[in-house]
Amino acid sequence: MADLVAVIASTHHPFYHRASTATGADRPPFADEWVRKVEAFRETLTRAAPDVLVMVGSDHFHQLWLDNMPQFLVGKAPFYDANFYNEEREFGLPRMLLKGHEELSAHLLRQGLDAGFDLAFSNELRIDHSITCPIITLRPQNDLPIVPVYTNIFAPPLPQPRRFVQLGRAIREMIASWPSGQRVAVIGTGHLSLELGGPRQFGPHGPDPEFDHKAVEWIASGDIEGCLAEVTLDSLHLPGNATHGFMDFMLMMGVAGEGNRADYTDTYDLFHTMEAYFTWYPRGGGRS
Amino acid sequence: MSKYLLNKFLYTVDRDPHLVESYRDDPRGTVTRWEREYAGRILNCVSGEATTWLRFEDAEREALATHDYPALFAMGAHPFITLTLFIGMFERDHEPLGFQREYAERLAHMTMPYPDITT
Repeated sequence: MADLVAVIASTHHPFYHRASTATGADRPPFADEWVRKVEAFRETLTRAAPDVLVMVGSDHFHQLWLDNMPQFLVGKAPFYDANFYNEEREFGLPRMLLKGHEELSAHLLRQGLDAGFDLAFSNELRIDHSITCPIITLRPQNDLPIVPVYTNIFAPPLPQPRRFVQLGRAIREMIASWPSGQRVAVIGTGHLSLELGGPRQFGPHGPDPEFDHKAVEWIASGDIEGCLAEVTLDSLHLPGNATHGFMDFMLMMGVAGEGNRADYTDTYDLFHTMEAYFTWYPRGGGRS
Repeated sequence: MSKYLLNKFLYTVDRDPHLVESYRDDPRGTVTRWEREYAGRILNCVSGEATTWLRFEDAEREALATHDYPALFAMGAHPFITLTLFIGMFERDHEPLGFQREYAERLAHMTMPYPDITT
């Protein structure tokens, strides 16, 4: 059976690529420390020595649109082109090509459907920065096949927070039942408090530092039930109008498991939003 | 109200570099042309199978034609796609993050709960 060697949850900040590659007067003052933190975080994936990456993210109205909007979708393709014109325009993100892993995609689809998740699928999926940002931060050599899992945190009506946790738990079970000797890492990205296109956007820090503090503690301590007791679709409007992206963190808490404290936690308070990085080693430590 | 059609305008313009420049330079003309030529296109269907019933209301058309993003926010247009398109059009005219901060200031009168964006 496959080995789940690392569970990684992270914010995805589309400005990291530009900030980390800028030089001279263009390099922002926070870039050096940000790069240091990201490189330390990257090491937590590297030492787990994965063979394949399950990547949880959310399309930001790029390929998926309101005329046909899936709640949860698994990519099943041999390759994934990545990043879109408006991401190049706004964030300077490069065009990328990632390899797929159709066998694991097929396994997740079959097992997910049989477990009660009516997963949509795509055989031609162009992925966006919710998945390419963690490739850039965690695996910049882009040498591993991926299985993209997209969630709808973006276009209401949305699934309930509990459903994200349930899907995370199911993904963990499905990986454990995959008849393969492969080493699998699950990497999911979301947001803490975040406002985009509203009056609280682009402030000196995230729009709700108190929420961020609580959220980091829920994630780091694996406190799924405590989190579910406070977080609802309605409550997520309060910390910022894009905070429903936190539900991707909740999915990753489901993968990591109730009460499982993260083996690695780091945060970085940037303008606009707080960065947060978590790694769990389900089998007690990465390969060193 | 057609939040869906507002979003469809913002989405289809934002993903097309030519439409972005057209909407920046001639918003009213672009909105008129878009409603005539693009509004009914189903993105995954051939042109002969276009939608027949989608129309802007007057206030929606006017908000788009005047680049009035606070009005779009108040109407429940999706704030992410609105922001992305307006950054694409106007960030270039400002110092770094200047447009984003001006955008926030122009929405400062909005209080919670924000307008519902459900389509």
